[in-house]
Amino acid sequence: MNWFGQKRSAQSAKERLQLVLIHDRTDLTPAELDSLKDELIEVISRHVDIDASAVQIDVEHDGRSQRLIADIPLRSVTRRRAG
Amino acid sequence: MTAQVITISSGKGGVGKTTAVANIAVALAMDGAKVVCIDGDIGLRNLDVVMGLENRIVYDLVDVIEGRCKLRQAMIRDKHYNELYLIPAAQTRDKSAVSPSDMTRLCNELRPEVDYVFIDSPAGIERGFRNAIAPADRVLVVTNPEVSAVRDADRVIGILEAEEKRSPALILNRLNPALVKQHDMLSAEDVLDLLGIQLIGIVPEDENVIVGSNRGVPVAQDSKSRAGQAFRNIAKRLKGEEVPFIDLEKQPGLWDRIQKMAGGRKA
Repeated sequence: MNWFGQKRSAQSAKERLQLVLIHDRTDLTPAELDSLKDELIEVISRHVDIDASAVQIDVEHDGRSQRLIADIPLRSVTRRRAG
Repeated sequence: MTAQVITISSGKGGVGKTTAVANIAVALAMDGAKVVCIDGDIGLRNLDVVMGLENRIVYDLVDVIEGRCKLRQAMIRDKHYNELYLIPAAQTRDKSAVSPSDMTRLCNELRPEVDYVFIDSPAGIERGFRNAIAPADRVLVVTNPEVSAVRDADRVIGILEAEEKRSPALILNRLNPALVKQHDMLSAEDVLDLLGIQLIGIVPEDENVIVGSNRGVPVAQDSKSRAGQAFRNIAKRLKGEEVPFIDLEKQPGLWDRIQKMAGGRKA
């Protein structure tokens, strides 16, 4: 951060490139990732009770390999029964 | 002799491919290696002026491929180094005059004669680029610490992966240490982290590069130039020597980390 609370430009460049390269490498646009997320929620919800609002889908990279990371919190069955 | 065929590529234009070819070739020739440079940019020939050989051209790459001259006749000897040669691109033809198999055949003919064959790839990822990478044993990708150049370099690296070529090595050209220090330029570490390939050289921004190309004398011949030093170091690393990276930023710790990354990353 500089005096005006603005990010230094090298940091912006790196963050913007990280996102652009993921999409270039995987051919997956943010919109496609969103619809993938919606469909995943739908399918998984048929089998287990999940917290749909907290689901996170991200593409991460390690060197030159990409992986899709899904974080899908389950709702506790025991708590629901108790409630 | 069995030459190593090394192609220099970038995706984006204007990042310093031709300068890199001329300088690394000169540095290897200074060390006594026999080197041939091929200008792969048909229709936009440039390596001849950067090497100062534009007045000596009689035959070009397309003349060799179409059988109008012998390979030897199209090899222009450098003014300073007896074992350095240039095969210039044709200026009045287009890239379709050459095919990837033509380039492979030409390089196979050169392999027993010399130590290194350098191919200066045109910008882009079309035919001219495909021609340039077809015979390559090794590809060096040149980029600048700048968003568009890094993005295009990533595309080229992706294509090379898909072609199952040996993992390319990166030349980070025109790094401005002062801008990096004030966090207004991507650092070498940032670029390596984004692209995830091995590093073979960092070349600082240096006015001498322009002076050298004005005169047709690559800066690798200038013992005082920082960029010249960086290109000479790349030449040494190509020969398998371990050369520490120049401390451009004088920040202890950072360069140790870069050197560690340069040593090899997960594929």
